[in-house]
Amino acid sequence: MKLKKNIATSAEGFIFNPGTGDSFSTNPIGAEIISLLKEEKTPPMIIDTICAKYDIDPIQFERDLDDFKSQLVDSNILD
Amino acid sequence: MEKLKYERPVIKKMNAGLMNKFGTRTEYEPVTHIEGVSVKSLIKQYGSPLFVLSEKQIRRNYQSASRIFKTRYPKVQFAWSYKTNYMNAVCRIFHQEGSWAEVVSGFEYEKALGNGVPGNKIIFNGPDKSDDQLVAAARNNSLIHIDHFDELYSLIRLSELNNLKPRVAIRVNMDTGIYPKWDRFGFNFENGQAWNAITRIINSENLDLVGLHCHIGTFMLSPAAYAVAAGKLCELTWSIKEKFNKVIQYIDLGGGFPSTNTLKGAYLPGTDTVPSIDQFADAITDVILGYGFKQEDLPLLILETGRALIDDAGYLLGSVLATKRLSDGRRATILDFGVNSLFTAFWYDHKVSPAQAFGQHTEEMVLYGPLCMNIDIVRESITMPLLEKGNHLVVHKVGAYNMTQWMQFITLRPNIVLIDNDNNTHVIRKAETLEYLELNEQVPAHLSLNPLK
Repeated sequence: MKLKKNIATSAEGFIFNPGTGDSFSTNPIGAEIISLLKEEKTPPMIIDTICAKYDIDPIQFERDLDDFKSQLVDSNILD
Repeated sequence: MEKLKYERPVIKKMNAGLMNKFGTRTEYEPVTHIEGVSVKSLIKQYGSPLFVLSEKQIRRNYQSASRIFKTRYPKVQFAWSYKTNYMNAVCRIFHQEGSWAEVVSGFEYEKALGNGVPGNKIIFNGPDKSDDQLVAAARNNSLIHIDHFDELYSLIRLSELNNLKPRVAIRVNMDTGIYPKWDRFGFNFENGQAWNAITRIINSENLDLVGLHCHIGTFMLSPAAYAVAAGKLCELTWSIKEKFNKVIQYIDLGGGFPSTNTLKGAYLPGTDTVPSIDQFADAITDVILGYGFKQEDLPLLILETGRALIDDAGYLLGSVLATKRLSDGRRATILDFGVNSLFTAFWYDHKVSPAQAFGQHTEEMVLYGPLCMNIDIVRESITMPLLEKGNHLVVHKVGAYNMTQWMQFITLRPNIVLIDNDNNTHVIRKAETLEYLELNEQVPAHLSLNPLK
């Protein structure tokens, strides 16, 4: 689960792919996950970080993270 | 430290280009209470899914429609259309308000009697009335609306046989300029069939022709069609007085007024496109009042309005069972109610609201029911907040036809709760059980052994 190198992101959740010209927006948790991905955090590390901060159990979040990953793949943002 | 509120991560592509003026509306606004009662507490107490009806709204609708017609025309009578919603509690609210009963089958007729409606205030419509039912209705002095010549001749025979003189009307079908033309019920106006039926009744010593009836369609969006219908019934009324010196006591324009639901395929929501009851009332009463009847000969105007009086008093509460993604990336949300309970999902794009607050992020999704059937779709496309398992939803304007056309299929039918004028809740129909479902089943003796034991 690795972001493409040329993807530009902002802390507010704006994402731009200069390769395709597509822009995206994400919600705050999505933005936080993307920023963790930029820091090359692994999925277990992302789960730990998010579950420590937000009111969500790790099993549910793991499912949501998988789902988010498939959205990022569809959006052509992951390597 | 208290943890922050969680919301499922989501990413949305931003599209540049022209705005779509017919784009789907996003249902952000949570509906947490119905008539002051919280959705959460209703579901906790009565389960999910759950139909909820508001007595206040039913009475408001009735009183408003009644006022609209009565301020335009001196003699108006509503008759509650049982098939629209024949829960006894609902029927009794309408009867308390002054509505007669309009029924279309033997069991609906029995229900009306059971609800305390005097026989002479029951209108018996529909193409299927058995000999026994016709005789019983005649004995009760009910208004029998004759649908076809077979019924007409049956009724003449039965009246002679039993020495009765039932009060009857004929159902008239006609061209009102709308498509599709409803010509399967009653006698046609344009080809003279209706006049033949009238002549036959008047020449019969055993039938008393007291009214004329029509039912020109359902979910009618054209008040002008009612004006045409009223005109044609007035023409018949006038001709009957001229030729037979008989005063027709009432004109019954049937039902068909729409609710503000949005029909499938419509570009704009029903709230923007559906004519108001005032417009229908203007169209109908202008024609009758302008026809030239003497004051004492003005017919009673009967209306069998159903849907427009109850649809917005009904809600269906439900819960999210699961969310998943379809092969094309769209979100699919699976609910605990489907087209078996919400039959009108076949006709309308129902307004669906979340029952709890969400952030401002949304996604387009398909709302599926829980049935193992591909056609079990509550909304094909709707933009909603990021729903999760266990969230509650409120479907609006479900009071008409769902509680009569619902199917016992795959799941059992849920509780129906009425919120009364003081916001107290009452179960008016209990959720079905397996025991209830199997009450009328019988297993032949040769199948009683379990072959797999």
